[in-house]
Amino acid sequence: MQRYLVRRFLNMIPTLLLVSLGVFALVRWLPSDPARLLAGVDESGAIDPVLYAKIKHDLGLDQPVLVQYGAWLAKVVRGHWGKSYLSGMEVFPQIMYRLHFTVQLALTAWVFGLLLGIPLGTVSAVRRNSPIDIAVTAFAISGIAIPHFWLGMMLIVVFAVWLGWLPYGGFDASLFAAPGLWIKQMLLPTFVLGTGLAAILMRQTRAALLEVFREPYILTARSKGLQEKRVIWTHAMKNSLLPVVTIASLQFGTLIGGTVVTETVFTLPGLGKFIVDAVLRRDYLVVQMGLLVLTVGVMLSNFAADVIYTYLDPRIRYD
Amino acid sequence: MELTHTLRSLMRVRLSKFAAVVLGMTILVAVLAPWLAPHDPIKSKPWDSLHPPSGQYWLGADRLGRDQLSRLIYGARVSLVIGIGGVGIAIGLGMFIGVTAGWYGGMWDELLMRVMDGLSAFPGLLLALSLVAITGGTMVNIIVVVGIVGTPWVARITRSQVLSLREREFIVAVRGLGARPTRIMLRHLLPNCLAPIIVQASLSIAAAILLEAGLSFLGVGVKPPTPTWGGMLRHAFETVAQAPWLTVSPGVVIFLVVLAFNFFGDALRDVLDPKLRGTR
Repeated sequence: MQRYLVRRFLNMIPTLLLVSLGVFALVRWLPSDPARLLAGVDESGAIDPVLYAKIKHDLGLDQPVLVQYGAWLAKVVRGHWGKSYLSGMEVFPQIMYRLHFTVQLALTAWVFGLLLGIPLGTVSAVRRNSPIDIAVTAFAISGIAIPHFWLGMMLIVVFAVWLGWLPYGGFDASLFAAPGLWIKQMLLPTFVLGTGLAAILMRQTRAALLEVFREPYILTARSKGLQEKRVIWTHAMKNSLLPVVTIASLQFGTLIGGTVVTETVFTLPGLGKFIVDAVLRRDYLVVQMGLLVLTVGVMLSNFAADVIYTYLDPRIRYD
Repeated sequence: MELTHTLRSLMRVRLSKFAAVVLGMTILVAVLAPWLAPHDPIKSKPWDSLHPPSGQYWLGADRLGRDQLSRLIYGARVSLVIGIGGVGIAIGLGMFIGVTAGWYGGMWDELLMRVMDGLSAFPGLLLALSLVAITGGTMVNIIVVVGIVGTPWVARITRSQVLSLREREFIVAVRGLGARPTRIMLRHLLPNCLAPIIVQASLSIAAAILLEAGLSFLGVGVKPPTPTWGGMLRHAFETVAQAPWLTVSPGVVIFLVVLAFNFFGDALRDVLDPKLRGTR
């Protein structure tokens, strides 16, 4: 197993290099020229060519593209991510501050999805074709098809505009200093982000359990006269949860990368919203580094999912 | 013959009837938009700004006094064209990549799959957002971007199919007869990869419609004043306190169409792979 995991980790390196090349190329394709942006224009709208050439030289933009890429990558690895061309602020601390919130939101939504999805999927499979199964399946399908930003809006209309119970959005609470306010501010975003995951897990749990129910060892357990509760919890659940746990761990990466819409609807200080704002302002250094951080986050959580999967199922040997 | 059989089996799956009705109506509405829309979807009438639903404006009017129903009807065109066009590009590109990677293997396979890994590691919406911001929010650009974001999935499914097919007797036989690789790929491998791709296509159109709506909502979709469902939600969100009813209709329509494509995909999967029937 260790050999497989080391190989899997090493396999991430070429993908990481490709991703870094991708985000680097993305910014190079942009119609906007950072040197031109920094040089500014005089009253007649012209740019001072000497100043422009100097800035270009200082930024290393007069070097061949591959040299620029190498220099950029070396700086990124050492944590020298540069300053935003627009605000002049260091990019690294800004991104880390927002990443902290995004991970917090993804975690709460993940836990919410697990707590809702697995029990409902189990009930649905055990009571197959009953009204509960139909209701749960309808909820699961709706959770996948519903546009999350719309769900967020509707919740704001009901709970903030009409009832006034919860805030419109924004986030300035700390879980430890003001837990009540933290819950109030996190409730709707967590529900919106977690519903999709809950829906996926419901479907997976139901499908996995129904598949296991057809296995001969379940028939044997029932023929032995075991109580149905024991058949489900001791025999069926253990074997059906493997794909569910794998998907749940893979989905954590999707949640980290997918917080953007929820953060925008609820005006939350997360990395997704930060990137969207930077795209709209054309602050491309922030876009570049934000995308890189989120993508690496997704890759690392997928790697963690692989580790969990390999650990949980001793039958799996990849080498 | 096989197509007729598939269609007949499809119509026996209850949910696909609902999907067929919703999708049929959406396509009809999109095609007949100029005749069905009661008002001009683009012309502003500031004096009717945020008009509530009434006999004149069935679903109300937006901030610029434009009829919500007419914009909803025209918006169907954008969503369907982007959804179907984007998935078409994803299928074309993905099948080419998947089939050549699976067939040739070696370095070519390694290179293509690493690129696909890299592409799918990017969060889809953020990648699309950045690409559209760079290339500009025209319909063609958005279709291409939606296609690029969807390509890795098609490539992976096709490659895995090709890997199992290439060892099968009929492919070994065709190779033994001296058929050229291009002929084997086009005539024998691609048609045998189609079933899972068709299922995935239906689900991907749903995802593409949500992606387009998300892009428009975030402000980088098709440029105004072209009506899009996501763009309508964005405007409705800006006036949510004064006119909450504007948020309802575009959301319901996106939900129903995405739901229909999902049902259709599930029903197709049931028909093409009866083993899975009733388990999902």
